[in-house]
Amino acid sequence: MIEVQDLTKAYGAVTAVDHVSFTVNKGEILGFLGPNGAGKTTTMRILTGYMPATSGTAKIAGFDVFGDSMEVRRHIGYLPETPPVYPDMAVEDYLDFVARIKNVPAEKRAARVTEAMRKTNLEDRGAELIKRLSRGYKQRVGIAQALVHDPDVIILDEPTVGLDPKQIIEVRNLIKGLAGDHTIILSTHILPEVSMTCDRVVIINKGKIAAVDTPQNLTSQLKGGQKIRVEVQAPEKALRDALAQVPGTTRLEAEQLPAGGHLVAIVETAQGADIRSAIAAKIVQNGWPLFELRGVSLSLEEIFLELTTDDAAHAQASSN
Amino acid sequence: MRNLYAIYRKEMRHYFVSPIAYVCIGFFLLVSAYFFNFFLSAVIQQSFQMEMQSMQFGMPPQFDVPGQVMRAFLGLLSTLILFITPFLTMGVFAEERKRGTMELLMTSPISEIQIVLGKFLASLSLFALMLLPTASYVIYMYLHSDPIPPWRVLLAGYAGILLLGGSLLALGTFISSLTENQLIAAVLTFVAFLFLWVLDLGHTSEGGLGSVLQYLSASRHYDDFARGIIDTSGLIYYLSFMVLFVFLTVRSIDSMRWRRA
Repeated sequence: MIEVQDLTKAYGAVTAVDHVSFTVNKGEILGFLGPNGAGKTTTMRILTGYMPATSGTAKIAGFDVFGDSMEVRRHIGYLPETPPVYPDMAVEDYLDFVARIKNVPAEKRAARVTEAMRKTNLEDRGAELIKRLSRGYKQRVGIAQALVHDPDVIILDEPTVGLDPKQIIEVRNLIKGLAGDHTIILSTHILPEVSMTCDRVVIINKGKIAAVDTPQNLTSQLKGGQKIRVEVQAPEKALRDALAQVPGTTRLEAEQLPAGGHLVAIVETAQGADIRSAIAAKIVQNGWPLFELRGVSLSLEEIFLELTTDDAAHAQASSN
Repeated sequence: MRNLYAIYRKEMRHYFVSPIAYVCIGFFLLVSAYFFNFFLSAVIQQSFQMEMQSMQFGMPPQFDVPGQVMRAFLGLLSTLILFITPFLTMGVFAEERKRGTMELLMTSPISEIQIVLGKFLASLSLFALMLLPTASYVIYMYLHSDPIPPWRVLLAGYAGILLLGGSLLALGTFISSLTENQLIAAVLTFVAFLFLWVLDLGHTSEGGLGSVLQYLSASRHYDDFARGIIDTSGLIYYLSFMVLFVFLTVRSIDSMRWRRA
């Protein structure tokens, strides 16, 4: 549904988006994850035809975003970073206006507006002026605006920013409900959002794609393999020596817990090897009381930090 | 066409939900009514004096009261719109840019020309709505004159004001598309208007630069209309002025895509 090939956008000397390529299949939710200033908004603006790329191509529903901009615009709904609302308009009038400029036929307009308001839980706010709405409701109006013409592709730039936790859950559920009928790209810098809503994730940093995968794969196929957390009462030196002897250990960290005087050791192993029983045996063999032993998978946060800070370190090294 | 109407409709609503339309129309009608009354009584008084003089010297009384009032009134209207039109156009694009709604318009399946024309026609309609009630003053005066002056003068005068206003609105719309700040848009528009107004001052000589500047001056062509003459060169001047600035606005909007937003 969406094909992006070598997309590059340079603002003078600054390259905001650097040879980005990815595809999104029909009905899929793609998460665009990256720190602020990574190039997420720029990529989305290019996809929506708001600004042209410096080089590279992007196609939506088979139409080139630059060459066939009008056709592309008919197929997309777009929520920019700030909801593009007119404060002096009532919610219903505003959605009616958007439906008009999105070429919704007159006979379907009222039904589409009602439908968009129903999906975003705005039914009882139709007559209210947008300027009187809270931040969360404005954001919903912004989302309603992106769906009012029932587009094939919906592009949402930070859809949950500024919402309270309850509203965030509502918006996530709404987005999940839209998948299937619609192809969705959403950007965020909040990691759990991606693992909860998206089918696939593009991690972008400094304009470059750092990783593309499903959230599950990103979480399990992590760099540096698996981690095991051991909480035990033992002398630090002896524990280090004992754990280092366990075959498969690649890295070891030990730290004294402030309360109780327990030691916490994090043992990293190569991927695939399960050394939990070996560790347990070792500890029992030494007669140390064992309090906890569990595998920790690297959270998306850690992967993200690893990917993005690695990159930053590389960039710094190469520029020096 | 449907898109153009959607934009037009939204703009008209916007004018009337914000205080801007009411303030502008109210101010305009108040000031123009006051001055119309003032001109009328001043000219009538003057005509009495003239009549007395002509009776003393035994000459036939010749004084065109409606014509005099009409000319003074049209002169006043043209000055008034100089101050009011910048407020009608200052927000046309500056506000859209500031609110981020430009991003909605520019990612919707409508062309720049539809956006610009929809907005321009809306401001022109508001302007006409503001102007039309003042015609009732003139019509009232005409109906009480003997003989009733030619209606052509009234029509030409108001056609001139509409053309002049349309040109100023087109220019103001263009200036509004250059900035995100409404106040800057209003001030720049006003400065540009003044410049157009006084373009031919000090170049009264015929030929060369003087006649070029005279042709370019927005006020010069208006004088013909105010005297009841529909001059083709004036008509062409104003119409091409509007087309030029509508075109420039379209280009300006289009160029936003290429600039860093």
